[in-house]
Amino acid sequence: MSDKSVSPFVRLIEALGQPVLSFIEGLGEYILFLRQVFYWTFKGPFRFRLLLNQLADIGYGALFIVVLTGLFTGLVIGLQSLVAFARFSAESLVGPATLIALARELGPVFTGLMVSGRSGSGMATELGTMRVTEQIDALDSLAVNPIQYLVVPRTIASMVMMPVLVSIFTGMGFLGAYFIVVIRSGTDPGIFFEQSFGMTDPPDFIEGYIKAVFFGFLISTFSCFRGFFARGGARGVGQAATDAVVFSSVAVFIASYFITELLQPFLHSNGFNALPG
Amino acid sequence: MMSMFEEQLHSMVPQMSEEGPSKEGASTNDYMIEVDNIKKTFGNGPQILKGMSVNVQRGETLVVLGGSGMGKSVLMKHIIGLLKPDEGSIKVDGEEITTMGPTELKRVRAKFGMVFQNAALFDSMSNYDNVAFPLREHRKDMSEADIDKKVRSLFDMFTLDADIHGRQFPSELSGGQRKRVGLARAVALDPQIVLYDEPTTGLDPITTDQVDQMILDAQKALKVTSIVISHDIASAFNIADNIIFVYYGEIIARGTKEDMLKCEHPFVQEYFKTWIDKNK
Ligand SMILES: Nc1ncnc2c1ncn2[C@@H]1O[C@H](COP(=O)(O)OP(=O)(O)O)[C@@H](O)[C@H]1O
Ligand SMILES: [Mg+2]
Repeated sequence: MSDKSVSPFVRLIEALGQPVLSFIEGLGEYILFLRQVFYWTFKGPFRFRLLLNQLADIGYGALFIVVLTGLFTGLVIGLQSLVAFARFSAESLVGPATLIALARELGPVFTGLMVSGRSGSGMATELGTMRVTEQIDALDSLAVNPIQYLVVPRTIASMVMMPVLVSIFTGMGFLGAYFIVVIRSGTDPGIFFEQSFGMTDPPDFIEGYIKAVFFGFLISTFSCFRGFFARGGARGVGQAATDAVVFSSVAVFIASYFITELLQPFLHSNGFNALPG
Repeated sequence: MMSMFEEQLHSMVPQMSEEGPSKEGASTNDYMIEVDNIKKTFGNGPQILKGMSVNVQRGETLVVLGGSGMGKSVLMKHIIGLLKPDEGSIKVDGEEITTMGPTELKRVRAKFGMVFQNAALFDSMSNYDNVAFPLREHRKDMSEADIDKKVRSLFDMFTLDADIHGRQFPSELSGGQRKRVGLARAVALDPQIVLYDEPTTGLDPITTDQVDQMILDAQKALKVTSIVISHDIASAFNIADNIIFVYYGEIIARGTKEDMLKCEHPFVQEYFKTWIDKNK
């Protein structure tokens, strides 16, 4: 590597190429891991009790922070859009604008961030600890597939719970908007509801739920993957947890954009939802 | 120390029948495990196994000696199919396992029990549930009452109390107790082969003797084939029929206890000498 005869250009390419190569290698390993997760999802036995535990942990465990973040997101978006729309006397749009933003984007993305911070790091830590203390090998040695036993319940539970949490987030956010529009600025509640629901469509909510399920899949499989192959003692487990949160949070933002693009022609191709041009 | 070895030397020891792999078609039925020239490298690191071959007869106890980081645990994980070799073949009960898919491997693993270096108990479960785990997973024919009876007898067998230690969690036990729970879990399904990864490392001499005795008892009571990784020469001589000595991914000496004592390989002699000096 430090050979003097190698031109700086080659060394630059090497230095730039190494992270790219290890990224591609990691991606390949992740895809192989996903294949196993699919295989073991459909190959029994179905572990109902483990699934229930995970549903409770992911759903009930995140309830409080989702209620809080949802409420305050609705409050702040309501207030900001009230200020903005007031500039061109369109205050009546605050309700629907907030609801559409929550349903399509803010609900799934913010809930995804909360779940990856809470459950994603938890999954990576737990599986990572099980890996470095050989508990995963022990499962294997007892003829119980660790992916089926550990990863499948976490993945299914995340995919089931994300839409539930997103509903709660969006509901609480809408409550926040109600507070700003009705209680704070004195709009009639009937008008608020009429405007909000009159201008939103089922596809707005469908888009949010599709994102929620996909984010649940992404967060849980990536966090489990990172924990499952953790190496190097306590440090390795800590690194796995950090990676799980960082990568799955970033992935949520990236995936959200692409899902929005992909769904555009299917969900919002007619009516007032259509994009110009 | 030497006298202690000699004392044990008169015990009948079956000879290891072959040095290397069974090339000239020794009947498969004689061997429970046949490892033939396996090699393993992780990623772009150094080669960890550099072509290992060893056969283990039915009912035999093979002890794997060697310093740490030499590849003993990696060898053992190959034998139970947790790792796949880059090259070479591994047969368990006559069946090639290196080419098996997950479903077949699962069937073969039912023949094994494995005791891990640090017990590897599931820390999310009580000790009772740890021991009951393999039964609940694989013995759908057993009722919870049958399982309870079996679990209690296993706790008894390893001198633990199902009502006291069973209710506790692995983190509440001492190292020796954890190893015993690990042993109970490993033999719960009456395996034909038990693999022990350093069952006595880090234990005090009395507990070490107890664990050795348990390995011997399990051996006699269950007629199992055993492979035991050890650092501890006294313990190895206590339980071994045959011994192999692993040095950086290679088996540099093999044979009975007598063969090992007579072995002239410098690393083996060094290992024995250091150990004897330390334990004077
Ligand atoms: N899964 C793995 N990935 C990379 N290296 C490994 C893995 N397992 C073991 N090793 C390396 O292989 C070598 C031998 O390890 P091991 O068999 O555990 O030694 P020991 O003889 O002490 O049991 C060590 O250098 C270890 O770091
Ligand atoms: Mg080891």
